[in-house]
Amino acid sequence: MALLSNAAILLEKELRTEYRSRELLTTTVVFILLVFMLFSITFHPTGSESQQFGPGLLWMAFLFAASLMLQACFLREQTNDTLSALRLTVSDPFAIFFAKLAASTLFLLLTELFMLPFFAGFFNVRILRVLPQLFVVFFLGSLGIAIPGTAFSAISAQARMRELMLPLLLLPVLTPVLIASTEVTAGLLNSEPAMNYAGLGLIIAFDVVFLTALWLFGEYLLEE
Amino acid sequence: MTAAAFSPTGIRFENVEKRYGSLYALRRVSLEIAAGECVALAGRNGSGKTTLLRIAARLVRPAPGEVIFFRSRENGRGDVEAKHVPTGFVAHATMVYDELTAEENLMLFSRLQGIAAPGERVASLLGEVGLSDRRNSLVRTFSRGMRQRVAIARALLNRPAVLLLDEPGTGLDPEGISWLASTLSRMRDEGRTILMSVHGESKISALATRAIRLDAGAVVADTTMGANLHSILTFAGA
Repeated sequence: MALLSNAAILLEKELRTEYRSRELLTTTVVFILLVFMLFSITFHPTGSESQQFGPGLLWMAFLFAASLMLQACFLREQTNDTLSALRLTVSDPFAIFFAKLAASTLFLLLTELFMLPFFAGFFNVRILRVLPQLFVVFFLGSLGIAIPGTAFSAISAQARMRELMLPLLLLPVLTPVLIASTEVTAGLLNSEPAMNYAGLGLIIAFDVVFLTALWLFGEYLLEE
Repeated sequence: MTAAAFSPTGIRFENVEKRYGSLYALRRVSLEIAAGECVALAGRNGSGKTTLLRIAARLVRPAPGEVIFFRSRENGRGDVEAKHVPTGFVAHATMVYDELTAEENLMLFSRLQGIAAPGERVASLLGEVGLSDRRNSLVRTFSRGMRQRVAIARALLNRPAVLLLDEPGTGLDPEGISWLASTLSRMRDEGRTILMSVHGESKISALATRAIRLDAGAVVADTTMGANLHSILTFAGA
């Protein structure tokens, strides 16, 4: 119970600081919008090309935006060494990770849902009929990005060349979740939408494995 | 601050060593700080004071060596798990959030520690550090000295039995130094253990009942005697 209580308190802190600064949400929304615009202007995709490449582009944009967002996740705690204060006060260090990955998932999900109409507009795809299913994929995919992302953010925040370190660590690890999320999204954006349950299962398995690993070994990532 | 029930707790460093790459921050340091002692750590920059304090705060793991907390023997009790010792730590960095107000910062850390009646405790500490009228201001609008007051208030939230202070006077004006000295004096008289790094003599270092000088990660002097204590604290570069 102490874990959940501490995590809830820390999540509230994450939401409050983001509400005041709006740094993460603004940056990621602008970044994804730029990717959509540049791709649309450069390639002028036809309807069938949009269906073929759109989901991949969508998740690539989410992934790069997430790596920007996750960079700040633990870097913010370095400024005044607040991570040390948290380590001294929480009874279970996993509460720190739990709160951060919950906040990152929420911010990513909000960004993705906000950007979805823009994607539909730029690439002429129909989303309204599969909106609930897309929400499920976006949630599980965002969680899949946020769990290892939070862990690697803790590692890279203490490293030299930290800005380069996070994408270098994160992108290869996220390949399975990227492929699965793209395939599930592609199935939903088809002319005859269908849920790819195998892909969805893969994302869930990925989330469970990495969450367990973070729960078991997260404490060591916070040590100096 | 009202004196609350607590168990006087000492700290024992056993062969504590810490290296950063090839650089020794601490070399086989063995020390015992008795429960209720007020100890000043002196030494040049880079002598290992901060590392020793961070190891005592369990933020840095020594390798090899260990830090053991123990209850006063008069109470008939021995070693105690570090996580059961209420510890306060004031570091070089303020360890508070710029994007939160002074009150929000203290409430956050109170709630995380499960402090009873956190609102009253926070209001009382904000009054003590002289920030009641700025409690709703964001910390990023504060001067260095005001941030340090918030940092000290954060460290005192849990009424620590062991207080670790890394140059606690940093940024404080003379009035702030006097307040801190009187607060530490009261805590020392209550029997709380204080381990603090200091530079030279001041109202704060004058509270010490024992002085230890570190040099290149090793203890080179350790005394409780008045004249020697003075010489350790005033040692050039200390």
